[in-house]
Formats: sequence, structure tokens, C-alpha cells
Amino acid sequence: MRELKAELITDAVARLCIEANTRLPEDVKCSIASARQAEDWQAAREILDRIIENYSIGGGIPICQDTGMACVFLEIGQDVHISGDLAKAVDEGVRRGYTDGYLRKSVVRDPLDRVNTGDNTPAMLYTELVPGDKVKITVAPKGFGSENMSRIAMLRPSDGLEGVRKFILESVELAGGNPCPPIVVGVGLGGTFDKCALLAKRALLREVDVPNPNPFYAKLERELLDEINALGIGPQGFGGRTTALAVHIETLPTHIAGLPCAVNINCHVARHAAEVL
Amino acid sequence: MARHITAPLTKDVTRSLRAGESITLSGTIYTARDAAHKRLCELVAAGKPLPFPIEGAVIYYVGPTPARPGEIIGSAGPTTSYRMDAYAPTLMRLGLLGMIGKGMRGQEVIDAMKETGAVYFGAIGGAGALLSRCVKSAELVCYEDLGAEAIRRLEVEDMPLTVVIDSLGNNLYETGRSAYLEQRQTL
Repeated sequence: MRELKAELITDAVARLCIEANTRLPEDVKCSIASARQAEDWQAAREILDRIIENYSIGGGIPICQDTGMACVFLEIGQDVHISGDLAKAVDEGVRRGYTDGYLRKSVVRDPLDRVNTGDNTPAMLYTELVPGDKVKITVAPKGFGSENMSRIAMLRPSDGLEGVRKFILESVELAGGNPCPPIVVGVGLGGTFDKCALLAKRALLREVDVPNPNPFYAKLERELLDEINALGIGPQGFGGRTTALAVHIETLPTHIAGLPCAVNINCHVARHAAEVL
Repeated sequence: MARHITAPLTKDVTRSLRAGESITLSGTIYTARDAAHKRLCELVAAGKPLPFPIEGAVIYYVGPTPARPGEIIGSAGPTTSYRMDAYAPTLMRLGLLGMIGKGMRGQEVIDAMKETGAVYFGAIGGAGALLSRCVKSAELVCYEDLGAEAIRRLEVEDMPLTVVIDSLGNNLYETGRSAYLEQRQTL
């Protein structure tokens, strides 16, 4: 059994919070750059140019002022023993990252009394046990302009593929310019109510433009992307081709009576950073 | 070249702006988001004065990241505006002439804009690093306890904005999209 001190997890989470908020991943940059090439509407091209200029500034300033809730995904090898309090270690990492990195503290302690916790804790922590003796930490800060545009539906099995397609397009349509298009559309299909929502969130962690390994879903992702980019919403909702950069679908087996479908929308500042300990 | 305008605004200027127009804005503007708007409207309801002059004012819906040492402000892009829809008409009726944000507005906001001559500007959502460069000074006005949501007075220079909804109710979210789709059909 490998021993891993919880403090090392704190250090990594702190680093990843800062990195994710100040450096856009290469896959997202490439995707925005190629969308700029394909854009056929002048006003939309100008907005995409500004977006590219923005993420190119660097120097440690956050790309977007909504540095999000810190969504932290831990894939913990079964042969690792973590010494110390894991949840506390992760929160300490978020506290340190958001303070030392001059990131915005956007978390309130209660949904109704709305008092800011002052240090962006707690993290939204997801843990998963996997084979091996490593710990993979992924930090995906999630802004709420796009999170607020996310939806879930418990569709009927008879709604089928067409029902799923309709719900996804309708979600993008309703979101319009609010989630800062061009967006990344994370879709969860199947599982239970809660697992389906988590699938949609996990779908946003996949590198942009990496298709689903199942050819059926890879094709569906491409078709939905084309349909979304025919809606005309465009960058910022001011009209244009580039409404979405990618559609990512993740699936799970589900019940004979159900067809859960969740849509989690991400903005063009589609942040994620990972490290393996 | 984009037309250049100065804040605080006058009705002559706001009434002449049209949806879809690109402008640059310089002058004094105020930051406020959800929590600050709630407090401002509570002051109005209690018949108390507002903490900054509202006549001709421009409010920027923004909660910036903290300024790093030696900097004026952190990343400072717009937040989604519809969350301020419940409060905006009250402020417009007191003289507010400009709102800067991103995303759609409700009909009650558009009606109040037509009535009062106010304009809704869009800044590029997610371009907080770029927009921070337009801020030449930032000073706390009130509600420090709200952290990023406190009201700040900003001096801005050549802030690039788009008129999204004008005082006639023209709406770029509708016209921009339909213009693009029309063009696409002719291809």
C-alpha cells in the first residue's frame, strides 16, 4: 500500500486552481482558432478575435473574472492510502489557490442566506476509486453564467433519439447568448437522475474535439454540433456560425422505464487542469 | 471606427444609439451585481439616497477578481444581466441611462428602457483580462462586505462595447441572428 500525505494533495489542488484559471488548455485554444477560420460572419469573426486576444494575454491574470466554483475530481488508486483528512486537504488547496492566485471568491455558505465564505470553499469534490497506486487530480473551475443554463429531463423511453436531440437543441436555444457562446455542450444520457447530471459535467472534462469512442455517439456528437451551429446564435449571441465548439456525450446503462438526459453547458473559457500524484 | 461616448450619459446620446452599433466608452461608471442591486432597491424603497449619483449613470454588471499587487483591478468581464432584471427598471426610473452586461433581458426591462431612454450595452463575456485593461482607476464606493460584489467607481478608457438593446427596443439578439440566418440562406 502506497502512502500519500494529504498535504501533497493540498499543494496540487492549489497549483491546479491557479493554472486552470490563468491558462486556457491547448485543446480549447485550437478549437477556438479553427472556429475563427470557419466563421463566415464578419461581426462574429471580430468577437472571436477579441476572445483569442483575451486568452493570449497571460501573465497570471485570470482569463475570466468568474473563476468559478472549484470542481475537483479525484481518481484514487485502490492501492494508495492517504494520510490525513482528504476533504479538508482539498478545501485547503482551494483556499490557498484562490487566495494566492488573486482569484475571485464566488461561493456563498447557504443558498438562501447568501453570505460569502470568503475563500471559495468548499470545493465541489468528486471521488472515484480506480485500480492502481496513483491519484489523478482534475480541477475544473465552473462559472455560473453557463452553469445556470444547464438542464435535466427525465425523458420517456418512447422519446428515443429524437427526444434527446430535441431536448439538447432546445437547451442551447433557451440559453441563447447567456452562457457566453461559443459553448461546449456536455450531455449525460442514462443512469439515474443524479448520475446523469454528473455524466454531463464529466463530459466537459474531455478534451475538446476528442469524440466519444463509440462510433454511434461520435456521429451523434458531430450531427448535433452541426445542428447547433445552424441555429445562428453565434459568438456572444450576436449572430454567426460559431455557437458551439463541441458536443460531448457520455452514457450509462439506465432503467427499463427511463431515459434521463442532462445538458451541462460550459462557456468558451472551458477550463480544466490535471496532475497525477 | 467605433463611435466614442462618455459617461455619465445624456439622453441625447442614448436616444441616438442603435442596436448593433459598436462604441467605445470612456468616463465614470459604477459596478454592481445581484447583492448590490438588492441593497440599492431597498434604499429606494425606504426613501433613502443612493450611494452614487444615478442621473445619467452607467452600471457595469461585474464582479472583478482581486487586483494583484501593483495593478488597478483584476479580470473584469461582464456577468449575465437577467439576474438584475428585477431591479433595473427602478433604477432607470431614477435616471440610470446605461447598463453593461451580457445576455438577454426581460420585457419589463426593455419596456423601462423605451420609457426612460436607457441603453443596454454588451461587453464580451469571458474577456475579463482584456476588459481590465480599459480600467484606469477603481475606488470602493460602498458595501465592502460583499467582496467582489461591492460597488466600485471605475474610470474607464475606450471600453469596447456593442449596443445590444437600444431605447426603441431594437434587440441585437434577435436582429443579429436573423441577419446571419438570412445571409446563410442565400449562400
